[in-house]
Amino acid sequence: MTSPNKVTNKVTNKVQTDSPAATSEPPALGGGVEVRLVDLRRTYGTVHALDGLSLDLQPGELVALLGPSGCGKTTALRALAGLEELDSGTVMVDGKDITRVSAHRRNMGMVFQAYSLFPNMTARDNVAYGLRLRKTAAAARRKRADELLELVGLGTHATRYPHQLSGGQQQRVALARALAIAPQVLLLDEPLSALDAKVRAQLRDEIRRVQREVGTTTLFVTHDQEEALAMADRVGVMSAGQLQQIAPPAELYERPRTAFVAEFVGLTNRVPGTVDDGRVRVLGTDLPLLEGSVTTGAATVLVRPEAVEVAPDDDGNGRVVAPTYLGSLGRVEIRMHDDSVVLAQVTSHQATELTPGTPVRVTVRPTPVLAIAP
Amino acid sequence: MTDMLAPAPAQTRPTGPATRRGAGRRLSAYLGVVPFLAFVTVFLLWPTYIVVTGAFQDDQGQFTMSNVEAVLSGPAYLDSFLVSIALSLVTAALGAVFGALLAWAVAEGRPDGLLRRCVVAASGVLAQFGGVMLAFAFLATFGFNGFITLLLADTLGIDPLSGGGWIYGFAGLAVVYTYFQIPLMLIVFLPALEGLKPQWREASDSLGGSGWAYWRHVGGPILSPSFAGAALLLFANAFSAYATAAALISQGSPLAPLQIRSALTSETVLGQANVGKALALGMVIVVAVVMTLYALLQRRTSKWLR
Amino acid sequence: MAAVTGRRSRSILRWLVLVVVGIYLLLPLLAMVEFSTRGAGGTRSLEAWRGIGEDDDLLDSILTSVELAALTVVGMLVLLVPTMTWVHLRVPAVRRIVEFICLLPLTIPAIVLVVGIAPIYAWVTYLVGDSPLTLTFVYVVLVLPYAYRAIDGGLGAIDIVTLSEAARSLGASWPQVLVRVIIPNIRGALISASVVSIALVLGEFTIASLLNFDTVQVVINLLGKRNAGIAVAVSVAALLFAFVLLVVVAYLEPRRRSAPDDETPATAPAVQEARA
Repeated sequence: MTSPNKVTNKVTNKVQTDSPAATSEPPALGGGVEVRLVDLRRTYGTVHALDGLSLDLQPGELVALLGPSGCGKTTALRALAGLEELDSGTVMVDGKDITRVSAHRRNMGMVFQAYSLFPNMTARDNVAYGLRLRKTAAAARRKRADELLELVGLGTHATRYPHQLSGGQQQRVALARALAIAPQVLLLDEPLSALDAKVRAQLRDEIRRVQREVGTTTLFVTHDQEEALAMADRVGVMSAGQLQQIAPPAELYERPRTAFVAEFVGLTNRVPGTVDDGRVRVLGTDLPLLEGSVTTGAATVLVRPEAVEVAPDDDGNGRVVAPTYLGSLGRVEIRMHDDSVVLAQVTSHQATELTPGTPVRVTVRPTPVLAIAP
Repeated sequence: MTDMLAPAPAQTRPTGPATRRGAGRRLSAYLGVVPFLAFVTVFLLWPTYIVVTGAFQDDQGQFTMSNVEAVLSGPAYLDSFLVSIALSLVTAALGAVFGALLAWAVAEGRPDGLLRRCVVAASGVLAQFGGVMLAFAFLATFGFNGFITLLLADTLGIDPLSGGGWIYGFAGLAVVYTYFQIPLMLIVFLPALEGLKPQWREASDSLGGSGWAYWRHVGGPILSPSFAGAALLLFANAFSAYATAAALISQGSPLAPLQIRSALTSETVLGQANVGKALALGMVIVVAVVMTLYALLQRRTSKWLR
Repeated sequence: MAAVTGRRSRSILRWLVLVVVGIYLLLPLLAMVEFSTRGAGGTRSLEAWRGIGEDDDLLDSILTSVELAALTVVGMLVLLVPTMTWVHLRVPAVRRIVEFICLLPLTIPAIVLVVGIAPIYAWVTYLVGDSPLTLTFVYVVLVLPYAYRAIDGGLGAIDIVTLSEAARSLGASWPQVLVRVIIPNIRGALISASVVSIALVLGEFTIASLLNFDTVQVVINLLGKRNAGIAVAVSVAALLFAFVLLVVVAYLEPRRRSAPDDETPATAPAVQEARA
């Protein structure tokens, strides 16, 4: 309520031409405010749901919190919404401490996992609910609700009740409802997890498009790494109530700082290696080390399947166990002579050629890797 | 169904026998329901038929309106219906309000908690099992030698309840009936309350709604059909209750069910043997109307709370 | 923090409701205990409780009611389980009719049922004798709505079509499907249906009283006029017994599924009123 930000609907019908990689324009719309979570702590009995979590969101930025269930990501989001009490810590929005402000005065739009639409109201009334509470005139809130339904592609469904809408449509309405109050911050609590795969991918792009158009600072919680990587400006990986690493998707994937991040995001092989003088020797190749690696001695090296190269070789160091053909690419499971198993990403053509039992030589492409204590 | 799938006459050879066998199987499938239908026909449908037709027959089985007229013109009969309806209205209202509050208090606790399980089980007992024993419970509490009556007389030396006689009157019946209405309300209304999703409250909060706004715009409207439906059910329940009243009141018949009792047990008045059936029909009509409304409300709620 | 004070006042209101309504509901029960333990001259005595074991009419009627409860459960299960399974599997077209019939007793008060069934019981008495156990027939009708709801819930919770097709494809006959596949999978529902039926039969007064059969409730009612102490004592015992039964049911029932997949509109609640 303190911020004059408005949903600028002039962009509603603009054809979206952003390239997928671009994080181009969000702040330009001027809609976002800065959010700071400082040293949040929350315990349930003996479980540390939040164990000193600190996180900053830039104005207009979409940050995804990613992690396994029970890692505290939802607790963090709910704490920001004011729905969860904190043992200690500070929540700052737009430079103001709102830690002690109750949920209904925080002006945050929230989209829940599922079934959060009020069943006794039409889609339009749902979207207009927040404005009704703000004593907006009936005509104005109706107009705004219809604009927002239009924005999420449901302009023709305004008079439907939630039980007449599909799961995906319900979540679109929920998004429109959250945006209707011109929230300072948009909170998305696994909004796609109850939907089936196809709708999920579609709605994922939709949410991202809408979020860019309105430019609202957004915190998005998910356990689906693909979702997080595809949608977020930055992804924070959480484990046991702590933030392991927060970085743009590409950096997170290519330069993981901890073993947990490397293994939670994408596929990873654990291969033995030796660290020496800032480099690590793995399967006969010297690789540069990432920050956070051990500095010397024997180590376990985390190698992505796409960094593993495989070539048929009768004097090789392993044998193919099982190839998997995945259409656009393939994967091959190889048992090394030391009995460890390595997964390699190959072309789909290779996947058909490397039949089980084929002797192969496995090497590693010289990409930076993380080496951890064995 | 096989018939509809048969596309062309040319294919009669493969589909023909299948169709015949299908029809035969379907017929035999219906036979599986026959024992059930036979039983309910004898012990449920036929008795209902006897009540409905008997209400319009004289002792010789000839059609007559005299039974119905007797009910409608006899002040005792008509009054008993009015008192029954008034009692049912009052106790349904009280039971609905306090039962709903109790249900809310229980629903706020842990869903698998001991409190919840005990309250639900105890409600089942009091709402369904009470009958005669509830009459005793209130006689033991408020009767002439009741616990509270004596307590007030002994310790305070007062007798505000005029020696317990009130328990046999309308007020007494209302208190006793409310006693089994509250638990019934809990049983019927608790599922509806638990159908309220926490997300609704949180969504309302995050959109700027206070607790009051939530109950006014969301919780209240969602629950109101359930609440009204449950209240109707309570009405039907009180209206058709017999045991408690019968155990409490052995002289006179202020309620419709008690009028039926006296019609059944003292068939001395010649030519009025079927008045009991007319009274019974009257009760069925009242309950059927109420239950139909109830079913309509339930249908509406089930769309919202799933 | 506003949320915290809101929560606190809610909690205070909650306990206020629990205490006030709790007193209203518990007071008469405690009064019964007090009443049934009164001795001569203001002392406490268990004489009334001992009297339960010495009253032959009462003991006979308890036995009668227990037998009736057992017979009713058997009759209910034999009538409903095969029929409902069959309807689910083979003739879904009549499902609505069966449901309607089963729920019909809810709109027919017991006092009304007595009026209509009295002439039929003249025939029952003529054909099978005048044992109080003949009440089983009408009691099976009386428990239909409750038993139907419980069993229907059980059948709805499992995919009985797939289960029975699987069993049939493995070579099971229809009776084998019923006994070996369906019944074990709805055991919980059958136990609930049985316990609710037992409670209803043990508490039933209207029909037994007006058809002049001496069940436990009828005898308690008569006893109340002669020896109120014993009548109250046995009432307390019966209420406690029913409470224990229902607690057992509560622990047997799985937690309510959050999203029922059943599309049929609920036409009656799971548990409904007693016409006792």
